[in-house]
Amino acid sequence: MTALADRPAATDAEPKAGAIPSFDVTLRIRRYLPESSHGTESYWDEFTVTVHGTDRVLDALHQIKWDHDGSLTFRRSCAHGVCGSDAMRINGRNRLACKTLLKDVNPDKPITIEPIKGLPVVKDLVVDMEPFFASYREIMPFLVTDGHTPTKERLQSAEDRARFDDTTKCILCAACTSSCPVFWNDGQYFGPAAIVNAHRFIFDSRDEGASQRLEILNDKEGVWRCRTTFNCTEACPRGIEVTKAIQEVKRAMITRAF
Amino acid sequence: MAETTTEKPVISSPRDPYKRRKTTRGNYELYSWVFMRASGVLLIVLIFGHLFVNLMVGDGVHAIDFAFVGGKWSSPFWQVWDLLMLWLAMLHGTNGVRTVINDYAERDAVRMTLKVLLYLAAVITVVLGTLVIFTFTPCPTGEPADLLPAFCSA
Repeated sequence: MTALADRPAATDAEPKAGAIPSFDVTLRIRRYLPESSHGTESYWDEFTVTVHGTDRVLDALHQIKWDHDGSLTFRRSCAHGVCGSDAMRINGRNRLACKTLLKDVNPDKPITIEPIKGLPVVKDLVVDMEPFFASYREIMPFLVTDGHTPTKERLQSAEDRARFDDTTKCILCAACTSSCPVFWNDGQYFGPAAIVNAHRFIFDSRDEGASQRLEILNDKEGVWRCRTTFNCTEACPRGIEVTKAIQEVKRAMITRAF
Repeated sequence: MAETTTEKPVISSPRDPYKRRKTTRGNYELYSWVFMRASGVLLIVLIFGHLFVNLMVGDGVHAIDFAFVGGKWSSPFWQVWDLLMLWLAMLHGTNGVRTVINDYAERDAVRMTLKVLLYLAAVITVVLGTLVIFTFTPCPTGEPADLLPAFCSA
């Protein structure tokens, strides 16, 4: 914080008490614009914008897109960390642009922003999420039950609900899957996000499709490709203990097999 | 802003059917995962037992010579110990390198070649090692005396 306090305010006048300090920050953005003169080569583009201490990376991106270069392309919907659209690689780590304050990612140096890795880039920071969602669909992310539909709601004890509470938080932003070095290799691995969402149903007492889901993930490209590097747990903007969830699915498979 | 050119980029249609190349379900990876843990625990006992007996008991490392190894392998206990160590270490190591190859080789041909080489090396080592442990005779009969170790004539 001292580094920020030393910076001169945007105006020469004495800043008012309680005023939010503003400062200049440089963003190095990895861009990919096939229709530009750069062709299919991606390249770095730098923008310097004046921001406030309360601004997030997304605010800086908005400022660039609205005031400097309208061709800069990125995804965002809710802009408040719920929709999971704006996962990107900020200073080498996967984060949500809307949940990362600029002051937290060392604004003294240029902040690098890249698209998430392992998925095909469509334009600038926008990647094709289809391989990610294909894995998600494969694990059947819906309630599977036998018999007749009950006439009232399916009741569940608080303990049973708590069993899978952590994995219900997933917003499908792909920060975990695209931080996984195994996924980067050939994209065949199901990825942490698919396993987390399988975990959400496998450990749900109301669901009866656990054995089917375990069968799907008991694959050469399933949970056994996890090397427990914990990149996913570190990347998750929702604080889900992703690696732990994957290990719990592994354990369920082992107790089922022996 | 970047200037535009007339060349049109090729963009695949949305919802391109990405698929796992083929489903590879089965318990193989499960058993290999369990084997890594089980053999790892056993190897800790076997290897540290081996090191303790060879390097620390009695004269320790100074006692190791041809006669020491010959004496050890005349006992079925050490034959089984060394055989277990050989097989578990080789399978454990081979399986570990197999996962490394799976993780790092990007092209199928490279992956295949590396794995064939790996399996070949593992098979040769295991077969040769097993053969030596079971057929080892420090004093073969009918050999010239000057080729045999000193303790054979005793």
